[in-house]
Amino acid sequence: MSGPDRSTWITFNGEIFNYVELRDELRRKGHSFRTGSDTEVILHLYEEEGEACLLRLNGDFAFAIWDERRQRLFIARDRIGVRPIYYAERPDGFYFASEMKALLEVPGIDAEPDPFAVDQIFTFWVCLPPRTPFRGISELPPGHFITLTPDRMEIRRYWQPAYPDAHSAREWSRPYEERLKEELRALFLDSVKLRLRSDVPYGAYLSGGLDSSLVGAAANRLVDSELRTFSVTFEDPEFDESSLQRKMAAALQARYEAVPVSTDEIGRLFPQVIDSIEQPVLRTGAVPLYRLAGHVRECGVKVVLTGEGADEVFAGYDLFKEAKVRRFVDRQPGSSRRPRLLSRLYPYLPRMQQQSAPFLRAFFSPGGQGAGDPLYSHMPRFRSTAGIKLFYGQETRETLKGYDALADLRDRLPAEFTRWHPLSQAQYLEMTYLLPGYILSSQGDRVAMAHGVESRYPFLDPRLIDFAAQIPPELKLRGLREKHILRESLKDLLPREIGDRPKQPYRAPEGECFVGPQQSDEVRDALSPNTIARGGFFDPGAVQQLVSKFALKGRLGQRDNMALVGVLSTQLWHRAFIGNRDGRTAVPSPITAS
Amino acid sequence: MPDDFDSSIRDFIAENFLFRADRNSIADDESLLESGLIDSTGVLELIAFLEQRYGITVADEEIIPDNLDSIGNIGNYLRLKRAPVRA
Repeated sequence: MSGPDRSTWITFNGEIFNYVELRDELRRKGHSFRTGSDTEVILHLYEEEGEACLLRLNGDFAFAIWDERRQRLFIARDRIGVRPIYYAERPDGFYFASEMKALLEVPGIDAEPDPFAVDQIFTFWVCLPPRTPFRGISELPPGHFITLTPDRMEIRRYWQPAYPDAHSAREWSRPYEERLKEELRALFLDSVKLRLRSDVPYGAYLSGGLDSSLVGAAANRLVDSELRTFSVTFEDPEFDESSLQRKMAAALQARYEAVPVSTDEIGRLFPQVIDSIEQPVLRTGAVPLYRLAGHVRECGVKVVLTGEGADEVFAGYDLFKEAKVRRFVDRQPGSSRRPRLLSRLYPYLPRMQQQSAPFLRAFFSPGGQGAGDPLYSHMPRFRSTAGIKLFYGQETRETLKGYDALADLRDRLPAEFTRWHPLSQAQYLEMTYLLPGYILSSQGDRVAMAHGVESRYPFLDPRLIDFAAQIPPELKLRGLREKHILRESLKDLLPREIGDRPKQPYRAPEGECFVGPQQSDEVRDALSPNTIARGGFFDPGAVQQLVSKFALKGRLGQRDNMALVGVLSTQLWHRAFIGNRDGRTAVPSPITAS
Repeated sequence: MPDDFDSSIRDFIAENFLFRADRNSIADDESLLESGLIDSTGVLELIAFLEQRYGITVADEEIIPDNLDSIGNIGNYLRLKRAPVRA
């Protein structure tokens, strides 16, 4: 689409939720509109405010504007990174796209794997942008924009989660907390309202947990028609949450549609899912969500509201509680009682309950740079994930010699990071890396968009994020009660059983989906010693032994699960994008900066 | 008394946690936790192996890194555990 005098042109993926308000404001300033679309609003706002327009947009977006007068290309991505954007700089031009597979069609952009990116995934679950698993393709990080002129390319950050300095925290008082609760409530309800603006049928995902229930309840209050809710269910009671989903749907008087997903189906769909998410993963959680989006689309629904983001914005994850307890334990190293608290954090992990206090302390010890490490909150997770690097082959070890993914991450932290409260530091790491790189991508946009379904995230409204960043940490994590202020401010929306329910992370069956009689030919081939040797990443003998262990024992522990899923997904990714590049023909035209 | 504790423990760890052929790459005093070889499930697998293989019962208070977090520690623990009790 072009601007009124054809001096600006835009290509846009996403949604601007406050476009109605922005359009009214621009009209008052003399702008006239040819369409009713949000795309046109971005163009006019850009003409009015230039780069500063980004902070006025409340939406999930990736767009590029060609500014003819300034001979400049302006490419931007939303604050949190709901919508993806990838680019490649080549001598013959600058290429960008919403998917990496589009860029791989360009002659000269070869599908070469980047072993450092794989090493980052095998440490953090995500690549650290701009790195992607493909050499030669970069990802524009969330909250950043590119300006490209014939002379230069510049990438700048326009937004980041901004927390107050720990020592400047405001003192608690009852009236202050009440004011915060009121404001939170108003912002959340308005966020849901904006995200219900849709000219296509919509529904809501219902996991059975607090966050999606709050979104569903708020949506139900705001519309007259019956809300359609969609949920994943599992055969195995360890993962299944259907009884709470049913209870919540009944409380909302909403229509409940369950999509059962079997281990067999996860095994069968996994290769397709890897094709959609375009990178290795360490968990299977994307597959049930891929299946769910497929069902939603078959029902004619194109937009879903969902609860992601609340755990990052309001401190819901176990990791936040874990870091708090670990600091408490570390203050009294001799105490034999304090480490017991660590097992209480994971009531849903039976093997954690059987550990002795000294082992609990060892599992959760910070390692790395100790208590002063900026990555303190995440070290047990990063360290246990890195255990799967034992499966690297000799060549991979040689290539990665001297590379320290943890040091790489430490180097990227903003200068003010160490001044923040420990909870804010942990929230920053989750919000900046795992949220966009995995939750909103592999488990979000990529698997939903594979079926043409758009996910909307009311907890990721920028007003709500900025507001929540200023809330004192002890009101988010009160004692060990996660998302305290969120629960308190919205408790009348939910049945008590759901409103008070402790966090239950979304989990799906893992390694057992890929072994035994249901193993598909595709998976068998990807894990065979010959294919592993051809891929060049892993030790074929080690992978064989791991597969045999699964075949013998069925369900195994976290490290073995992550290893099998990580190895298999890397193999499938390699086959889909690197070892199988023949026969792709479409070639997009380059955008040249000259 | 000579025993083959260390080598059979090494075999078990290599086959179930290291998986690779270079089983001698684990030093006797290397922390199995720090090196990413065992997680919370791994500890329980290791205890089940010791109980089954050596006919012992690992008491709750004995499940500590000092007894189980390296091949050397496990060997020492087994030697003490199996030593005849003197009156």
